[in-house]
Amino acid sequence: MGLSKLDQLYRQVILDHSQHPHHYGKLDESTRTIELNNPTCGDVIQLHFLIEDDRITDIRFSGHGCTISKASASMMTDLMVGKTLEEALQLEKQFSLLVQGEEVQDVEELGDAVLLSGVAKFPARIKCATLSWKALEKALAE
Amino acid sequence: MSFSADKIKADFMILNQLVNEEPLVYLDNAATSQKPTTVLATVEQYYRRNNANVHRGVHTLAERATAQYEAARQKVQHFIHAKESAEVLFTRGTTTSLNWVAKSYGEASVHQGDEILISVMEHHSNIVPWQQLAKRQQAVLKYIDITPEGLLDMNSLRSQLTSKTKIVSLAHVSNVLGVVNPIQEIAHLVHEAGAVLVVDGAQAVPHQKVDVQELDVDFYAFSGHKMLGPTGIGVLYGKRHLLEQMEPVEFGGEMIDIVTEQESTWKELPWKFEAGTPNIAGAIGLGAAIDYMEAIGVDNIQQHEQELMQYLWPKLTAIPGLTIYGPAKLEQRTGIITFNLEDIHPHDVATAMDMEGVAIRAGNHCTQPLMTRLGCGSSARASFYVYNTTADADKFVEALIATKEFFSYGTI
Repeated sequence: MGLSKLDQLYRQVILDHSQHPHHYGKLDESTRTIELNNPTCGDVIQLHFLIEDDRITDIRFSGHGCTISKASASMMTDLMVGKTLEEALQLEKQFSLLVQGEEVQDVEELGDAVLLSGVAKFPARIKCATLSWKALEKALAE
Repeated sequence: MSFSADKIKADFMILNQLVNEEPLVYLDNAATSQKPTTVLATVEQYYRRNNANVHRGVHTLAERATAQYEAARQKVQHFIHAKESAEVLFTRGTTTSLNWVAKSYGEASVHQGDEILISVMEHHSNIVPWQQLAKRQQAVLKYIDITPEGLLDMNSLRSQLTSKTKIVSLAHVSNVLGVVNPIQEIAHLVHEAGAVLVVDGAQAVPHQKVDVQELDVDFYAFSGHKMLGPTGIGVLYGKRHLLEQMEPVEFGGEMIDIVTEQESTWKELPWKFEAGTPNIAGAIGLGAAIDYMEAIGVDNIQQHEQELMQYLWPKLTAIPGLTIYGPAKLEQRTGIITFNLEDIHPHDVATAMDMEGVAIRAGNHCTQPLMTRLGCGSSARASFYVYNTTADADKFVEALIATKEFFSYGTI
């Protein structure tokens, strides 16, 4: 088999997001910030939100991580700009199901993040994919 | 009989399988080793024929179990050259062994303002128990640095060893740098300063001859599962006079002499530390692992790993963009290769290698302070053992190169 199977995990769009992540950096003014780490690998992610009237009007992420966690954060931030907090949390739930190989309704709502469904076949990497989404959930629950 | 890694490999059935449709190349031995058929058979035989509790029955099975359990203790004693078997305590593993020393010896001997000296290359299990002890006793935890080459900095050790130092606790072999620390020389310095030396031998005992009397260590901790034995069994060696003055960490059955409603007395060494039913099968399995290692010869195991490294090293250093941590002189290191491949995240490297059937570790290896010191958040690690062959080394190199190409071009 060798590395050919890797294509299921590392699709070109995922590699692009990882190499040129969207919304990478910090906000001049943020209304909410959170940091979450993955103790097994030492990856750390920070999310910076601008939230107005229960809606995410801007978002950035920073920190360091693997291809999967960076690509996932990039896709997640693309998706979240303009969403209400309720919508954001709903999408997080959907994504969590997707990467665990569960059935997801209205899967197209997840945007590019749909491409991470291949992670379900690599159980050791599910945490990499969900790190930024868990950070989002934690930040919005505060 | 001459040494043959191929023949040895045949004793490990688990290695004979396909992983992701590729033959398994197991290179995560610093995390845990595989177990030979003799160890599995010994454990199974114990449960099939002799299973009973130890030290409390008078029936035949209880006598058999007790005899096997205590025979295992004697095997450990001879294996590490302890003066007597009473100095060999069975624990759950290295972590428990180190915790016992920190809890029992530590609380009795470390007081406010005293110092505990460890190094920046320690595993979390040789950091956190001392952090906690220092907090409880309002003592100071100090760190010996490493040199730019990745060796323990002996000047840093000497300058921080003072009359306030009560305990020095160091790895015999680093689980990341693969470097062997000069324990005998360190023991001399530590004793001159009036402190005791605790050694984390988890990465040493499986790979080289260890003589606790020659090293003159006060405490020595290691695990069964990294030396071809079962999980959940480990050893704490301690010098008798130190163990004698220590209070047990756990209390209950098996470890008591006389119990009245308000007071109890303890059994003699080593049993005063072994409260409750011990891991009997684990201890017996560890005994079988020691028999297996002795039949091969520990010196032969060490020599084989050295030869593998000599074979592998030039192939690795020829890969552009591969950073290997620790000393470049092979005689200063063991079969542990910790590395980063360009800026590819170690998790991505490990997943790609797994697709090639090569099992390596990725992450911080329970050494976050060392990762910080080395300036990398994480790294990948391949660790070799007695059953790894030059073919395994070739496959490792081949998979590394394929991985590098995959992530350079985004395709294969």
